[in-house]
Amino acid sequence: MKIRKIIFTFLIYLICSSKLYSIEADVFVQSTINRASEVLSEDISKEIKIKELKKIAKDTVDIKRIGFYTLGPIRKNLTDDQKIRYSQLFEEYFLTSFSNRLVVYSNPDIDVYDKKILSEKFVIVNSLLKGTEERPEVKIDWRIYTKNPEKPLILDLIIEGLSLARTQKEEFASILNSNDGNINALFETLESFSNSN
Amino acid sequence: MFKKFILVSFTTLALTISANAASDGELILKKNEPTEIKDCSETFNRATFAFNQALDGIIFKPIAKIYRVLPSPVRSGVNNSLDNLSNLVTIPNNILQGEFKQAGVNTGRLLLNSTVGILGIVDVAEQIGFPEYEKEDFGQSFAKHGMGPGCYLVLPVLGPSTARDTISSTLNFVGGDAWYNLTVRNDTQYFSDIDYYTSKVTEGVNFRAKNFDDIESLKENSLDFYASVKSLYLQDRQQKILNTKKIIETQNDSDWEEIDSQ
Repeated sequence: MKIRKIIFTFLIYLICSSKLYSIEADVFVQSTINRASEVLSEDISKEIKIKELKKIAKDTVDIKRIGFYTLGPIRKNLTDDQKIRYSQLFEEYFLTSFSNRLVVYSNPDIDVYDKKILSEKFVIVNSLLKGTEERPEVKIDWRIYTKNPEKPLILDLIIEGLSLARTQKEEFASILNSNDGNINALFETLESFSNSN
Repeated sequence: MFKKFILVSFTTLALTISANAASDGELILKKNEPTEIKDCSETFNRATFAFNQALDGIIFKPIAKIYRVLPSPVRSGVNNSLDNLSNLVTIPNNILQGEFKQAGVNTGRLLLNSTVGILGIVDVAEQIGFPEYEKEDFGQSFAKHGMGPGCYLVLPVLGPSTARDTISSTLNFVGGDAWYNLTVRNDTQYFSDIDYYTSKVTEGVNFRAKNFDDIESLKENSLDFYASVKSLYLQDRQQKILNTKKIIETQNDSDWEEIDSQ
């Protein structure tokens, strides 16, 4: 009887604690957008904005997972050392490229309006970048990795149906193909991009 | 002579296309999967791409830069009239794809915008609640009837395409586009060749201006700009062929799942 009571109490505690700490994917996306918008609308130098955006990306994006997705099937043939080197180079590249792309927006007005749970691990959050005189309205969907409900992470941005991760993956595949699948060629390209930006 | 050239082009291109009948949505999705589409003449395509880039730098980019400065109502008026003209290709393709209701809606849209909307400058149809306009072309109709995309191609001036989409564009010049027939093929007193070519150049400038920052940002932050443009074009075509905005239908989760299991 006592054991049953303990198990029951323990189960209740587990359910309650998971509810307490899990973050809804749409709330997470909206709060990430708000964080980025705050930085972009601040009256600070471009360099500081880039630094702040990189910080946000490190907190909210699953860079390592995106890196291996982007690498395609060749990831299975890499040695542990190559994987470590790739992860470092990719992170550097990703953060530079990400912040460079984002910093041009002065004050993006993005509203999250829906979400679709694909599985326990993946949720798609739908949002809309409001149009301005310069650009039309843009539909942005976010693929969120929710395996750890306490810390959801961004995996992909799908702009008007076009996946950035997929585009990146095909870009990397093209570099590998034109260098006979030599991973060092990709390392060099990533390194030279980060150094020149 | 021109007709003969078109006929030969047709036959050649058709041979490069796998035209097995398929009505199943999944099969259409698979056939148009960007990674499945071969870049058969990459060297030639890259050279054409470089040529187009140079052309963009000399002509389209500077004009688009000026065009962007025009007042917003002028730009949206131009955009609306171009969309209105494109109905002339969209409507027959709605019919070819069996979307008769859509064809009716778009015919109403064309009539309303061309008259009340002053030659399409004002999108009256949208204002009174017509559903969002979706362009259709012969490439999408071919794909719907099971024709594969064939090889990826980069056409001079026109940009990214596939063998199937190139045939589709050619069809516009042999009777498929009523606007072309009215301006270039038939000698009417109201329109001339220049009207057609002006509309096409304006279409190019309008596209470049609308996507100005995105194109520049992509160019600056790409490791291989050619590969990025190819991927984006093929993803966009896949989505348009499936007539879906639901990304789940066009995005494959298996790779993400695989990483998770590693």
